[in-house]
Amino acid sequence: MTYHIAIDVSSVLRRTVCELYSNLVTRPTGATVRRAIEEALVGLPEPNVTVIDFSHVTLLDFSCADEIVGKLLDAQQRADGRPRTYFLIRGLHEPYLEAIEAVLERYDLAALVQDPAGNVHLVGTLDDGARRAWHVVRQRGSVQVQEIEAELGEPSIPWEEVVSQLSSRRLVVRRDDGRVALPQAS
Amino acid sequence: MTTVITVPPSLDDHTLETVFDQLAPLPADQKVLVDARHTRWASPYGLTALLTIAQSRAERASFAGPETEETASYWQRAGFYEHAERVFEMHGHVPRPRGHAGESQVLLEITPVAKSDDVHEVVEKIQSKAQAILVNELHLDPMATMRFAMTLSEVCQNIVEHAQTTGWVAVQTYRYRQRLGRRVVVIAVCDGGIGFRRSLESAQGRKLSDRWDDGMALEDAMLRGVSRFRDPGRGQGLAGVRRYVGKWDGKLAIRSGTARIALIPSWDEDIALREGLAPFPGSQVQITIPERVAKG
Repeated sequence: MTYHIAIDVSSVLRRTVCELYSNLVTRPTGATVRRAIEEALVGLPEPNVTVIDFSHVTLLDFSCADEIVGKLLDAQQRADGRPRTYFLIRGLHEPYLEAIEAVLERYDLAALVQDPAGNVHLVGTLDDGARRAWHVVRQRGSVQVQEIEAELGEPSIPWEEVVSQLSSRRLVVRRDDGRVALPQAS
Repeated sequence: MTTVITVPPSLDDHTLETVFDQLAPLPADQKVLVDARHTRWASPYGLTALLTIAQSRAERASFAGPETEETASYWQRAGFYEHAERVFEMHGHVPRPRGHAGESQVLLEITPVAKSDDVHEVVEKIQSKAQAILVNELHLDPMATMRFAMTLSEVCQNIVEHAQTTGWVAVQTYRYRQRLGRRVVVIAVCDGGIGFRRSLESAQGRKLSDRWDDGMALEDAMLRGVSRFRDPGRGQGLAGVRRYVGKWDGKLAIRSGTARIALIPSWDEDIALREGLAPFPGSQVQITIPERVAKG
């Protein structure tokens, strides 16, 4: 069973930094918000899909994008797969997405972003094979690794390893039945 | 003895160099009078940089403002005198605020920046006015307001993170007849702090090359995203600012120490890197965003 958690970043900002601020700007602000999110994640049931929702944020600058998204995802990535949290970022205006993409590139990270229509997109850094495999998963909903190989060909590519890489980067979920799917928000 | 520093009739990022040239040979404890009596116009960069001159002096500097009523009144409305009175010993007439008449050209009055809360306030203040100016008058795309506020936030944070002193920010719009014949919005952020070279030198374990000077420090920061902090995420603010300014066909110029680096658009004929300028402490940043015109 996968648990679903939603974090409204705007509420975290007002609760932890200042009731009057609606802008996510400056590093100290971003660091405070990130620590609050990290605290909220401690002890959550696993595996879980955590939605980081920026919908009500008036402004997100590069420094805050780094402090919140960059450092949060980087720490999770370094934690060697624990906790089993899949992040889905939501509510990004185009400039915020640009800022987050720039941040992810600096950390060599990739993340899942959900657009207003509910479609999930892959942003950040990922090698070409992994990216293509991820798109097959998205297109089909859920797949066996063999289906990816059948779709993309290229037997020289170790698709099982590619999928493991996607899974360890929390970009796909390996279900108990062996099928691979995208993390879904509730 | 007091040395008189003459401010040129038109004060912008180029003519300000004549002021720095006059200051350079003087010891910091030499008393100076900054004489702007014959100045008729100043860009926001000129106004904020004048304030940093006071920061650079060990002996409190004197200041004489423009004699022309119109100029003095504009400087007052831009917020210059409010801060000048705190950092300079004022000479002559100091214009006082008259009521609350809004100045449409001033998007953000000269505002001090020393800590993160100041950046929040700057961003909060600019958002309501920026939308009307950037989208309706300069014809930038609707997302430009967000990108503009992001840009402003990052350049202000440069003071908080690196200057180790208070700086000032101002945002104004005016018609840039000299080079462009179009309206522009200009962000100026100036401080008299430690500057880019000393900030980068403070990075632990940083190896300095043989050619290490203000020019190279500016190149490292602006072109290579180098920061004094070791986190991989550092240095992105300026990189993001550079991208946005390029997207708007705008100009970004940063002066620090004895050098000045600029991202130059097609409509300008500046030099990308100037070195050997008169030394002046801190960092002085100017961003110029032109009105967008339909391509014919």
